[in-house]
Amino acid sequence: MQAVLLIDFGSTYTKVTVVDLDSEEIVGTARAGTTIETNIMDGLNKALAEIPEPSGGWNFVRKLACSSAAGGLKMMASGLVKELTAEAARRAALGAGARLLEVFSYELTAQDLEKIIAAKPDIFLLAGGTDGGNKEILLKNAELLSTLPISLPVVVAGNKAAAVQAADLLRQRHAPVVVADNVMPDLGVLAVDSARMAIRDIFLSHIVHAKGLDKAEEFLERIMMPTPAAVLSAAELLAEGSGSERGLGELMIVDVGGATTDVHSIAKGDPSKPSVTLKGLPEPFAKRTVEGDLGMRYSSEALVEASGRRLYDYLGWTDEQVASQLGLFKENPWRIPQTEEEAEFDAAMGRMAVGLAVDRHVGTIEVIYTPFGATYVQRGKDLTPLPVVIGTGGVLLHHPNALKILKGSLFDSAEPTLLKPQKPRFYLDKDYILAAMGLLREVAPQAALRMMKKYVVEL
Amino acid sequence: MKQKTLVLGVIGSDVHAVGNRILDYAFTHAGFKVINIGVLATQEEFINAAIETNADVLLVSSLYGHGEMDCRGLREKCQEKGIGDILMYVGGNLVVGKQDFESVKERFLAMGFNRVYPPGTMPEVPIKDLREDLGMSEE
Repeated sequence: MQAVLLIDFGSTYTKVTVVDLDSEEIVGTARAGTTIETNIMDGLNKALAEIPEPSGGWNFVRKLACSSAAGGLKMMASGLVKELTAEAARRAALGAGARLLEVFSYELTAQDLEKIIAAKPDIFLLAGGTDGGNKEILLKNAELLSTLPISLPVVVAGNKAAAVQAADLLRQRHAPVVVADNVMPDLGVLAVDSARMAIRDIFLSHIVHAKGLDKAEEFLERIMMPTPAAVLSAAELLAEGSGSERGLGELMIVDVGGATTDVHSIAKGDPSKPSVTLKGLPEPFAKRTVEGDLGMRYSSEALVEASGRRLYDYLGWTDEQVASQLGLFKENPWRIPQTEEEAEFDAAMGRMAVGLAVDRHVGTIEVIYTPFGATYVQRGKDLTPLPVVIGTGGVLLHHPNALKILKGSLFDSAEPTLLKPQKPRFYLDKDYILAAMGLLREVAPQAALRMMKKYVVEL
Repeated sequence: MKQKTLVLGVIGSDVHAVGNRILDYAFTHAGFKVINIGVLATQEEFINAAIETNADVLLVSSLYGHGEMDCRGLREKCQEKGIGDILMYVGGNLVVGKQDFESVKERFLAMGFNRVYPPGTMPEVPIKDLREDLGMSEE
């Protein structure tokens, strides 16, 4: 047996997956509470102890981990125009697996600086101006950031004509300061890969230590990346394939959690119909969005609010019934449904979370009436022809009717402007292995791909 | 001399893409950096593009006759967004019907445009004007 240990240090649970590279099978999965306050290794050992040890003891050939413990990779970012470089910076940070607290546009105000001091992000991403375009914003914001009373890692990914000078200004106060390629080198061109790499490098070299995760690195080889980056990497692998091993093609992954709902799409999203004009910023092929108000437990009140009448209509419950159920979740966020009604409520909430998160992820189409007739304008990705939707996350895995929840991602003829998938096949990550497979991709991509194809099952 | 940047687009619910392509080609060929935001462009798209790219000029086309409505308030929005001094040119079939061009020109100048061109203007004319307005020497 060639055993590989894959660990996800989550905010609540440390999840352990042991796979055998020879047979390409899962040997076992287990989880235990994350122990960041004491020693991160305690939780890991406890989880690992739950997997039956082979007679000769464990002999791991590789030990890899990802982490969203200790608040995840907290980031803040800034750009110039909200819809342009600030939006490009947002996408770069999300694509790097960050928990993005806020994105600022234009010159940082005194209030913005206060927020940065209060939140103390793990990394600040500074963008603004196209290459050869506006220089003032990058220099001005660098100057303002250099007056902060705290030192932060900063990635500069703005106008290349001002980036080096901005970095010099920042180095008076901050470390490390890394210059990456502009997230928007030309108007309407998105180039987030270099900034993503820079963020990941800083995560590896600084954040792991700052969060006390390096205690685990004595035992492990490496904490390789933030957990959302591992999931996105797995999604890319599963979609695109590796070498001679084919992938599933374009796909979407919906991760319904207790606090947020994440949507990853690996798809171009070009218009599926003729005579459609594309507007707005181009979309990254691998796109991740995070909805902080759509969670099943910690943000259940916000989810009920965001769903509005839709939830009540779907469930047929009264306001009092919903309120009392929310009260139960408030008492115990890890409550598992006890009765059929509770399971029904969970399914309805899950469906709302999936529906709204996918609504916000996909593109829209708008009819414009011109003197020459109707014309169509698309913004964002057209995912109507998308063939595959995959569900993951604790809520879906432990629910008897995951398919019903996942169907919230479907196109709705009552809202034809939202370009959601029309006839996808649905899959479930039943063993919760996507993050682990994103890690395994680093050392054995084809094995990771084949295992995902085996263990992520069609519903 | 530093290359000058201009934002080019067709404003409003106007889908005339061919002229837009020709202008893109002509201005690029004349040595300008052209930021082409294409058809169906809103005032905000012109302004945002100009801010990020530090553009020197907005070049607004309108060919479907509703230009007067679509262009109204553009100068004021530029002022509000901190680029109030940017040069603004407009051209095309700006109004409906056969109106006297002098009166059309006056209306657009009053809206804050620096140059207004009648239908059928060849690209050489605004190129020459741009060089003059931007203080560029003739090569």
